[in-house]
Amino acid sequence: MSERLLRVEHLYQYFPAGGFGKKKKYVQAVDDVSFFINKGETLGLVGESGCGKTTTGRSLLRLYEPTKGRIIYDGKVLFDSGDVPVMDEDGRDVLENGATKTGAKTAVDMKPYRREMQIVFQDPYASLDPRMTVGDIVGEAIDIHKLAATKEERYNKIQRLLECVGLNSEHANRYPHEFSGGQRQRVGIARALAVDPKFIVCDEPISALDVSIQAQVVNMFEDLQSEMGLTYLFIAHDLSVVKHISSRIGVMYLGKLVELADSYELIFHSVHPYTQSLISAIPIADPKTARANKRIALKGDVPSPLNPPSGCRFRTRCPYATEQCAAETPKWREVSKGHYAACHRIGSM
Amino acid sequence: MSEYLVNIEHERLSFFTPAGEVKALNDVSIHLSEGEVLGIVGESGSGKSVTAYSLMGLTAYPGRLLGGTLDFNGHHINDMTEKEFQKMRGNEVSIIFQDPMTSLNPVYTVGNQIREALKLHTNKNKAERQARAIELLELVGINEPEKRLKQYPHELSGGMRQRVMIAIALACEPRLLIADEPTTALDVTIQAQILELMMELKDKLGMAIMMITHDLGVVASMCDHIAVMYAGNIVEYGTTDDIFYNPKHEYTKGLLRSIPRMDSREHERLIPIEGTPVDLLNPPKGCPFASRCDSCMQICLREKAPVTYFGDVHYTSCWMNQKAELEGGNGR
Repeated sequence: MSERLLRVEHLYQYFPAGGFGKKKKYVQAVDDVSFFINKGETLGLVGESGCGKTTTGRSLLRLYEPTKGRIIYDGKVLFDSGDVPVMDEDGRDVLENGATKTGAKTAVDMKPYRREMQIVFQDPYASLDPRMTVGDIVGEAIDIHKLAATKEERYNKIQRLLECVGLNSEHANRYPHEFSGGQRQRVGIARALAVDPKFIVCDEPISALDVSIQAQVVNMFEDLQSEMGLTYLFIAHDLSVVKHISSRIGVMYLGKLVELADSYELIFHSVHPYTQSLISAIPIADPKTARANKRIALKGDVPSPLNPPSGCRFRTRCPYATEQCAAETPKWREVSKGHYAACHRIGSM
Repeated sequence: MSEYLVNIEHERLSFFTPAGEVKALNDVSIHLSEGEVLGIVGESGSGKSVTAYSLMGLTAYPGRLLGGTLDFNGHHINDMTEKEFQKMRGNEVSIIFQDPMTSLNPVYTVGNQIREALKLHTNKNKAERQARAIELLELVGINEPEKRLKQYPHELSGGMRQRVMIAIALACEPRLLIADEPTTALDVTIQAQILELMMELKDKLGMAIMMITHDLGVVASMCDHIAVMYAGNIVEYGTTDDIFYNPKHEYTKGLLRSIPRMDSREHERLIPIEGTPVDLLNPPKGCPFASRCDSCMQICLREKAPVTYFGDVHYTSCWMNQKAELEGGNGR
């Protein structure tokens, strides 16, 4: 069995949104999400805007302090709120003599782990400080973690990193505004690589780029992965790109993970109605297939995460919804080997 | 030729910026018949929006039309005054912008904005305008239209706002609808809804659509013809099937190769187009795509390729298609 690099168990992330006392409202951005990532693999995370995929990525790096849940990186507990059920390696709840919780709250100092876990942000225009040179942007992490003993070593490191992502070493003295979108994203990637991380959260790294540039950056991610043995959590809303780069894909809807499977399995044998409609909605760049393609059109819009529907959160737009869907929250379960989904109506559709 | 609804011939347009002349359009020719859907595909800065905007007289300062003729629905765009444009816009031609968040006025209600178009272009009275506004919202699939008319844009979701934009655009039943990346800011499931709606309305109202996008998937399902633009030039034009199954320009081929395919089981490596788009301040002398082209030849750097026709509609300007003739000529 492949080794788990990261395990996320029952992660909850609520943000306060006005109101006082009992009326205090919360945006339920991430609600009971559990998954694991194996060493060296790419897990894709897709969903519509506002479904909580970015929040999940940030929470597991503890850029936000999770409301509840447990995050285990490389066998070490990074965060544990102590009040969620313990899971085994495969993401099943274990019931040890009825005691399903650890009871103790843990929150470690993240600084040593920041060297191993990094993030590439979505918007290459907003995520680089316009007043810093590219060399300093990349070098900042080297300074913080004291990875270079001398100035010369630091300089050489920056040069090597820039070349690694396909930029010239002379670019180190320039400012972000002198670069195109694709080049800026490369700077963002070089910055993430500066500390020799093992795990990178890629938060929509290609959404802001032109089509012809997207393929360059996707290929670069793949090359870096095979050269350095990196593990990615690849967040995007474009399912065709995610399918291309990921070995497994998770689909999120309104703060919940609704389905997770091997990428081929997910595209061709999805069991959750949301995944099915998401796949059918993707415009296909092939006129004959596109004309023949029958879309499963979803009615209406995504409900507000402030006040999500009871039971299954997808039921308001689901063509197969029944009374049971409104009453009970569907369980996250393994449908077939390595294929997880949360839906009451699997098998009866 | 007058049988076309839109006939743009050899349009050249530049922006005179402090840094110098940016040649946004270089000899662009486009024509569109009644009820046709034309897709204009290209990356940012390729001139697809500029082409459409110039047709509506919306070229922003410091842009200037330098040459060519533009005809639309009997109007000669080149020498129209602002007054005449105002009469035409929203009436005979309307536009849907990319970002529904910013293209509606936040301080007016939805109803106000729909009725404004009717007030300017029709002589309907107040009650008739209200009735028509309700009818339009129903047409674009919005529930409870009376209630929605009283709401402000911030109370609506992105997909809903885009529907309102479409309702405004269709208020006077235009002959041509320009859709400038209408779904780029929307989620895929909402995108599917909006595209479906546009096609439905096209069949119902019989208008022509000019669909500007960078997403090849969007044009594949809905367009009759496609124009591929690169650096202010139309590098290839043809029917949808021509472009997808028989591309003749190296840029079109590269674009099609670089998108990941959904239906393959094996992991295939993407074949990107290397390099970056050209700097329009100093466009290269020959073919604009030459510096990124794998099959670039000597002549590509020196001269622009002439137009080669394949059949009646499909044409491209790429030297590769002249290669046989060039070599044949040398051999003789």
